[in-house]
Amino acid sequence: MATFESGLRYSESHEYVRVEGEFGYIGISDYAQHALGNVVYVDMPEVDDEVTAGEEFGAVESVKAASDLIAPVSGTVVEVNEALEDEPELLNKDAFANWIIKVQLSDPAELDNLMDVEAYKAHCEN
Amino acid sequence: MEKKTCLYDRHVALGALMSPFGGFIMPIQYTNITDEHNAVRQHCGVFDVSHMGEVRITGPEAERYVQHIFTNDVAGAPVGQIYYGMMCYPNGGTVDDLLVYKMGDNDFFLVINAANIDKDVEWMQQQMQGFDIRFEHQSDYYGQLAVQGPEAEAVVEEVLGLPCKELKFYTAKVVAHPQPLPKGGESQGDVDIASSGKESPSLGEGLGVGSSIIISRTGYTGEDGFEIYGSHEFTQKAWDKLLESGRCKPCGLGCRDTLRFEVGLPLYGDELSADITPVMAGLSIFVKLDKEEFIGKEALAEQKANGAPARIIGIELADKAIPRHGYPVLNEAGEQVGEVTTGYHCLSVDKSVCMALVKTEFAKLGTPLQVQIRKKVFPGTVVKKQFYNKSYKK
Repeated sequence: MATFESGLRYSESHEYVRVEGEFGYIGISDYAQHALGNVVYVDMPEVDDEVTAGEEFGAVESVKAASDLIAPVSGTVVEVNEALEDEPELLNKDAFANWIIKVQLSDPAELDNLMDVEAYKAHCEN
Repeated sequence: MEKKTCLYDRHVALGALMSPFGGFIMPIQYTNITDEHNAVRQHCGVFDVSHMGEVRITGPEAERYVQHIFTNDVAGAPVGQIYYGMMCYPNGGTVDDLLVYKMGDNDFFLVINAANIDKDVEWMQQQMQGFDIRFEHQSDYYGQLAVQGPEAEAVVEEVLGLPCKELKFYTAKVVAHPQPLPKGGESQGDVDIASSGKESPSLGEGLGVGSSIIISRTGYTGEDGFEIYGSHEFTQKAWDKLLESGRCKPCGLGCRDTLRFEVGLPLYGDELSADITPVMAGLSIFVKLDKEEFIGKEALAEQKANGAPARIIGIELADKAIPRHGYPVLNEAGEQVGEVTTGYHCLSVDKSVCMALVKTEFAKLGTPLQVQIRKKVFPGTVVKKQFYNKSYKK
């Protein structure tokens, strides 16, 4: 069963943002990693790339298919989780501990467009 | 609305991820593709492949008819022999790839792809004119299981009680006395094989064997294994027995695709299509141009003699990024010269590889090519399209 973590903001396409000050750590939810199955590759942007809320910034590949990563918020990439290059399966082991990119938020007001954990749970149940 | 196989309820009860495939709602995976893939490579897996279509061709000119529509040569074949080949259009494009089982003199059993059933049946019926044959479409009658893996022989013999040791690769036999097939739907009630004729009562005991079961040493995984065709009732009981035994992992279509891909077996819709001839797909050994006649012969002979415009090749990437169906294949100058037909991060050899259709001038082994994966371009090299060695028991 999928687990949910409170205190994060979630998008309908199953990405989360953990906000720390002016930065946001973006990853995929545990529900998403369950649905994907074994993750075998993570296609990540590069540091200094701009990501835009609602637009694709990379992809997570399971054995069967590639799923686009959609940015839940806009910002500048300040760090990518390089551990995922060699061990993409970390997303299956703990999707919340293994964020994919860290961005400097360009418009924190966008966070209001995202769901809290209760709303996201309800979204997954539908 | 997708059709369901006779095992649909069992798949749902097992918690399988169900998805449409070839007009059916089919199990993609039960646990995960990697575990199921490895079970088949290392032990034994069972697949519900009841979605496959079946056609029986009988009558005085059945052999002449099969020779007419099929690229391989079944003339004078021994009973029980199976042939892989294609049906082609006059221009050489592929209608479907299929297995042809010789069941008797002028008696053939054709196994076709689920996604092509309607198209194939229409095509085959259009070619019947002038042939004295009986054409029976039996897809709704047969269920089919594929038991695959190095332990498949022991599992089929010991769990299902179906003797199969003596079956050679690409041969089949009928177990139980053939009865007339019921018209549509499932047969009712248990019929003990002992009452159904010639075979020993211990064969397939408790499996509700009414009419014939066809068992063949064939598969689509690159491993030893068997494909078993029977009534829905037989298929359900055999499935239950296999799962209860704990010796056979239920496997979905997800790993069926990774398994067939690794050993370079084509999938219609990917490596074969109305636009991709068997010659382009590298399947010329299944096209018998020395046969007197078959549909598509002239076009295929021309392609074989003068070269096909494009070929299916293998590409190995240096990076871990995964090429998928439809992604552009580029030459070193960045010009598109083809596209990916199937690609995976190959589970058995831990490399990102694909099959692709490229212009023939770029098909030579060792040719440097690139694959565009989303916004990036990744370098690769043309390699043999068998990424993992088959281990058939012949």
